[in-house]
Amino acid sequence: MRVALELEVPSEVAQIERVVARVVATCADLQVPERQRQFNVPLALTEALSNAILYGNAERADRHVTVRAGMADHALVLEVADEGPGFDLDACTRDPTAPENLEREDGRGLFLMRRLMDRVERYNAAGNVVRMVLELP
Amino acid sequence: MSFTIAKSGDVTVVEVEGQLIVGNRQELKQRVLEELDHGERHFLIDFSRTGYIDSSGLGVLVSLSKKIRELGGELRLANLNDDLRTLFELTKLDTLFQIADSRERALESF
Repeated sequence: MRVALELEVPSEVAQIERVVARVVATCADLQVPERQRQFNVPLALTEALSNAILYGNAERADRHVTVRAGMADHALVLEVADEGPGFDLDACTRDPTAPENLEREDGRGLFLMRRLMDRVERYNAAGNVVRMVLELP
Repeated sequence: MSFTIAKSGDVTVVEVEGQLIVGNRQELKQRVLEELDHGERHFLIDFSRTGYIDSSGLGVLVSLSKKIRELGGELRLANLNDDLRTLFELTKLDTLFQIADSRERALESF
């Protein structure tokens, strides 16, 4: 990946809007189309950052989240790394749109990441780096 | 995110400005629950000035809607832009909420 932006931020949800704004600005430089820049990227990235801060790092002040944005083979690549124990993305398969889950308050984050990006994958063996790929026209 | 609360007849109208996301959704939840405690039962959330809503924000809307319904009231939504409509369709929450094109239409149908 050709990295265009790398940020390391404290594990605080209050940081999310600022980080998303920086990445969206970078996406404009990378010629990411407006719809993806204004909808897919901010939402998928917010979900990945929430997971990293709340679950990966358990909001611990001594842990950080690292975000990298760049291009690889005509695709936008976003990586979010935390300092937690990692988790198995493939094990999270609950469908929040199923009638029995529709009124649940939780369980839509990973689903949205998968629907808004072309690929969402665990990038390292530990499972604490999530890589999201969005193919560009 | 900031929000304003106003009354239109017996409907409490909440206007959300900015993003409704994990860092701020509890403020909205708390404020609507306070109105519910004060006896209000009809709620309309106007998203005309909202950027995007994440899964936590959606979760708060689902939870508020359930709570309001349990107490005999109703929560409706209005003025979703194309992206927000897509979001509600993707998550099938468009089947859970009454969504109006405008604040006026939403208010008429209460």
